[in-house]
Amino acid sequence: MANSGSSVNPTAGLPRRLGDGRLNSEGREDEGRTHTMRVLVIEDDKETALFLQKSLKENGHTADLAHDGEAGLSLALDGAYDVLIVDRMLPRLDGLSLIKSLKSEGNRTPVLILSALGEVDDRVKGLRAGGDDYLTKPYAYSELLARVEALGRRTAPEEQQTRYSVGDLVLDRLSHRVTRGGEHILLQPREYRLLEYLMQHAGQVVTRTMLLEHVWDYHFDPQTNVIDVHVSRLRAKIDKNFDKPLLHTVRGAGYTIRDGPA
Amino acid sequence: MTALLDRVAKAASTTAFGLSALAVAFFLFAAAIVVGFLFWQTNKLFTDQVLATLTAEARILSSEMKVGGQVKLVETVTALSRPQGTGLYYLADGTGAKIAGNLNRIPPELEAQGRGGVFSYQPLNGDGPSHLAVAIPVDLGTGLRLIIGRDVEDQRVFANTIRFVFLLGFGILSVIGLLGGLAVSRLIVNRMDQITAASRQIMEGDLSRRIPTTGRGGELDALANSLNEMLERIEGLMNGLREVSDNIAHDLKTPLNRLRNAAEAALRDPRGEDAYREGLERTIEKADELIKTFNALLLIARLEAGPLEESTETFDLGRFVADVSELYSPAAEEAGFALTIDVEQGVFIRGNRQLIGQAIANLIDNAIKYSRGGEPGSAITVRAYRIDGRPAISVGDHGPGIEKADRERVLKRFVRLEASRTKPGTGLGLSLVAAVARLHHGEVRLEDNQPGLKVVLLLSSRCLIAAPEQMRDDVPGLAAQ
Repeated sequence: MANSGSSVNPTAGLPRRLGDGRLNSEGREDEGRTHTMRVLVIEDDKETALFLQKSLKENGHTADLAHDGEAGLSLALDGAYDVLIVDRMLPRLDGLSLIKSLKSEGNRTPVLILSALGEVDDRVKGLRAGGDDYLTKPYAYSELLARVEALGRRTAPEEQQTRYSVGDLVLDRLSHRVTRGGEHILLQPREYRLLEYLMQHAGQVVTRTMLLEHVWDYHFDPQTNVIDVHVSRLRAKIDKNFDKPLLHTVRGAGYTIRDGPA
Repeated sequence: MTALLDRVAKAASTTAFGLSALAVAFFLFAAAIVVGFLFWQTNKLFTDQVLATLTAEARILSSEMKVGGQVKLVETVTALSRPQGTGLYYLADGTGAKIAGNLNRIPPELEAQGRGGVFSYQPLNGDGPSHLAVAIPVDLGTGLRLIIGRDVEDQRVFANTIRFVFLLGFGILSVIGLLGGLAVSRLIVNRMDQITAASRQIMEGDLSRRIPTTGRGGELDALANSLNEMLERIEGLMNGLREVSDNIAHDLKTPLNRLRNAAEAALRDPRGEDAYREGLERTIEKADELIKTFNALLLIARLEAGPLEESTETFDLGRFVADVSELYSPAAEEAGFALTIDVEQGVFIRGNRQLIGQAIANLIDNAIKYSRGGEPGSAITVRAYRIDGRPAISVGDHGPGIEKADRERVLKRFVRLEASRTKPGTGLGLSLVAAVARLHHGEVRLEDNQPGLKVVLLLSSRCLIAAPEQMRDDVPGLAAQ
């Protein structure tokens, strides 16, 4: 329910993410955009698995496939993957047991659980078993991609960063101050957290559902596009009086904050 | 006749009959022991008495022998033998020839034993049946042999009568007991037959059937009542299911058809690629709508199946309601509503936070959707408070409201009032709210907001938790979460 999203067009407008090593204004490589990820897809439905492999490839990532739990587990333990996509129902070894054994081996690769079971309890069970994110089938590919990229970034060390910057927009996590071009921007607490999450994933697409889950901690369907209004209010504060817009809407997927064309 | 036999055989093969037959058997056995013991004791007492009398008489006769000699003894025995009494005598000399008395011979039973005992003899006068008697030998110490006895035929007849009466009694008891057992088992078999017949009809699909009760309140009635309650629940669930499948047929087929039409129309469109793209976008849009409806349906079904333990949390209801409302307030303002949030502080509850959030979201979304914004007085009020110790959430608007007659109905799945058919929505919003309420042992009330509609989501008082400090101790594992 929480994950049905509002995506209309899964790939249209999505930028192709290639490791072209573009640098942002601070001369630092913008990891989110350039990072090519190795993804392991453990999914018994071959059609779905092939679709995911092809789509991820189109977005500049590489993907290996495993069609049952045992094969998936040994691949996951051997290969150095950035993200694992694990279907919950798998032959030979079910998804949750696979994740448990993986975590008990000390493997810390982020896991996205895919499941046809979308009940409130199932999500909690999945995350308790050691999953890092949970996506209910049927999902929009754009939702999956955004989540996979967010998870892949998670292992990067900038989690501890105290200062985020995109272009001339700077968010200081210690003083909770936001400035653009040196000008102080006053934000409501929720707007601040919204911006913080967007900037933490700068260069990546963040879906509305991801915002709802991480900024509000809600895992339900808000029925209408409530998030859009919040984002447009934030946009009015950070982009309105400046030449170059930083907060972009990615059609059919969500939002992204980046210095450059959307 | 065979039908009757069949019924008897059926009753006799029941557990109830077996048990009553066993009870009767035990009773008869116990009675036989008691009666047998009494009979034996009485008999013994009586025989002892006769023997005592005979011993006393023997003493008198032997003293007479000592005093008056053989002549006197013969005279006395002859005299005693004469009246038609119960006394029996036999006096013989050393060779065994009879001298006096009213017995013909020494009874062989006594001859063998050489001491007193019971024997039967043929009375001198007549050739009737032999009588039973008790006799003892008297030692005269002179070579003479004297046997004295008493005829106890009357006692024997009496004892026989008693034995007959007892046997007859036992017979009557057994028959009555078995008949009683049969009757009891007939009763039980009848009740069981009714229950079996009812359950067979239910199995065949008539879920509205109930097991008949007598209203007397026995354990079978209690059983029937709880079975009936179970059936009530099953019928409710089945009706719910039937309703859902009817509605799925109705409400999902239409959008599915639209989805198909969109795809077909795009294929036929001569514009080519652009048309395909548009068509695919429309198809995905329609698929998303379908998924939404489907998810809502599945969630409601899941909520009705029982509690969700894994995702139950303890939280501050007021804060949460304010939080969710805050999510909607920009959207509400944009739609022209003043969203007022009024929450009571310190109402801590244990419940499913995400589902309650979904319910609040549905209610606020409905309020925005079904009442007109942008007019003076276009206000939506969200409240969290307590009524009679029960946590409650209410969302009130000043829209058109819902007629009293329709209020019950709109809580059902897929019910959309005519006036709102044109608005987007699955028709599942309020039924999901109702399902969330039921999950928390509560209910949904639709009230007149004068004007407008006020929906109250009332949770059970069981969800309420006194204070957050206390709850940390009361709920194990919470700190670990």
